[in-house]
Amino acid sequence: MALLTLDRPAKTFTPPADFRPDRRTPGQVIARVALYVGLSVASAAILLPFVWMVISSLKTNNQVFTVPIQWIPDPVVWSNYVDIWATSNMTTWIRNTLILSVGVTFLQVFTGSFAAYGFSKMRFPGRDVLFLAYVGTIAVPWQAYMIPQYIILSRAGLSNTLWSILVLQAFGAFGVFLMKQYYDSIPEELSEAARIDGLSEYSIWRRIVVPLSGPALATLVLLTFVNTWNDYLGPLIYLRDRDLWTIQIGLNSFASQYNTEHALIMTGSVISVLPIAIIFLAGQRYFVQGIATAGLKG
Amino acid sequence: MATLSAAPPRRRTRRPGARLRRRNTFIGWTFILPNFIGFATLTLVPVLILFYLGFTSWNAFGAAEWVGLANYERLLNDRTFHRVLFNTLYYAAFHIPLTLGAALGLALLLNRKMRGVAFFRTVAFFPYITSIVAIAVVWNMLFSAETGPINQFLGLFGFDDLPGWTVSTTWAMPAVIIVGTWREMGYFMLLFLAGLQTVPTELHEAARVDGASSWQRFLNVTLPCLRPTTFFVTVMLTIESFKILDLILVMTNGGPGISTTVLAQYVFRKGFQENDFGYASAVALVLFFICISVTVVQFLANKRRER
Repeated sequence: MALLTLDRPAKTFTPPADFRPDRRTPGQVIARVALYVGLSVASAAILLPFVWMVISSLKTNNQVFTVPIQWIPDPVVWSNYVDIWATSNMTTWIRNTLILSVGVTFLQVFTGSFAAYGFSKMRFPGRDVLFLAYVGTIAVPWQAYMIPQYIILSRAGLSNTLWSILVLQAFGAFGVFLMKQYYDSIPEELSEAARIDGLSEYSIWRRIVVPLSGPALATLVLLTFVNTWNDYLGPLIYLRDRDLWTIQIGLNSFASQYNTEHALIMTGSVISVLPIAIIFLAGQRYFVQGIATAGLKG
Repeated sequence: MATLSAAPPRRRTRRPGARLRRRNTFIGWTFILPNFIGFATLTLVPVLILFYLGFTSWNAFGAAEWVGLANYERLLNDRTFHRVLFNTLYYAAFHIPLTLGAALGLALLLNRKMRGVAFFRTVAFFPYITSIVAIAVVWNMLFSAETGPINQFLGLFGFDDLPGWTVSTTWAMPAVIIVGTWREMGYFMLLFLAGLQTVPTELHEAARVDGASSWQRFLNVTLPCLRPTTFFVTVMLTIESFKILDLILVMTNGGPGISTTVLAQYVFRKGFQENDFGYASAVALVLFFICISVTVVQFLANKRRER
């Protein structure tokens, strides 16, 4: 830390040119403009696939791949958004995905925050070893143990039912980990005071710790919902019946079955992204904050 | 805990400690149990079973037959496996540094007070939370050989002989790497942003007063302070790279040929598509050990540098 000042000879203090932040030199103005231009170009580049997706979803099929690219659809084909429901099983897919996303989120948040209380606020032998096992599995890719897991769930008769995805996603280590990080930041004195007042541990969890963990809960809810909504591999392995397909499986199968219906495929893609986009924009603040805290203290 | 020392001694400290401890252990476990039951049966036990299955020959019908190291001998001579291993390393070798650089660059640019910074952060993070299928489908169209927007754009600069991207054995992997980087950089940018919050501003001021250029300040102040974050990001990014699967499944399905087939997909193919569960488990164990050893090595390297 001190390296910077120690290893060079002391200099007479001359305030640098940009010392007064309230008045900008022309150089700084240019730098600022360049920054905005650069960031705008970068944002446009990042968003371009989405923009192209939305634009293409409003075109007729032949117009998707015109040379040069037609940036404004003419005519605007709103009917794609009607046709897709008739051409595909969108309703079934969305229903299944919703059931799974809501169910998984509920289980993950409930069991995760409950277990996190045990790990953060209770002291008992073996606790830290057990938590280490939770954290350790983060380094183990799911793809490595998906086969034994599949065997277990098949033996239990759960494969090819929505239950398989429900239990598969609901007990992940992530929720426990995220909530524990947050609970650790809640001062111990609060629970101690509650204990002295005669509250049981369960009441402390329910009446003190959970109400205080709003941002972490919101993050966990959002992330779990989004992850379940977007999951592709889990449903691909477990949900074989067409009636059980989620939007990801359905969309992919639609895209390969109707591979020349470019506009409709884009319409389906927009529909599959839209709920996530809305949820994300609504909870964006929590997302950004929560991921940052969850990611770092580990 | 330490703050409690001032409080008057409570009744329960006078009780026999063993009983209290047993009670605490019991209550602690009741909290953990609902999650732990699921976690144990669906994560811990499968990992243990994997170690057994990797030494068996099993096609899902009948009993698994113990074959010792036969699966691993087969791996040594399996040319597809060699290619798949190479592809995985290829993906990681480009995806890790690219994403790391892009994420750090974005974080440095967006770690300041300026109008619209929240918007730019949101934009960068957005691809990470959108569905893999939708983005893979869109990117595939963008990459289309003849009339795809990307080749049209490159054509503007006078490039001819444009790559067919996802239908070309040489260009399919770069295409996947581009999409993977585009998708993940926003997530790691967030982690870097959080790390940048921990860099003390006084240090920067001191360095500035000493006449350090912004590049010197970056090298001597920002980077050292970011070390824990960089370490964490690298570990996570490495694991992410080695387990890449969904994106590839939807974009290229491992093709053309096996030019984009990666380890995780080989596990998937051998297991779920060819019912060769024993062999697939052996491949999965390779994936498992790569991820674990990379994590351990990075952890040890980080420890040493910290001293």
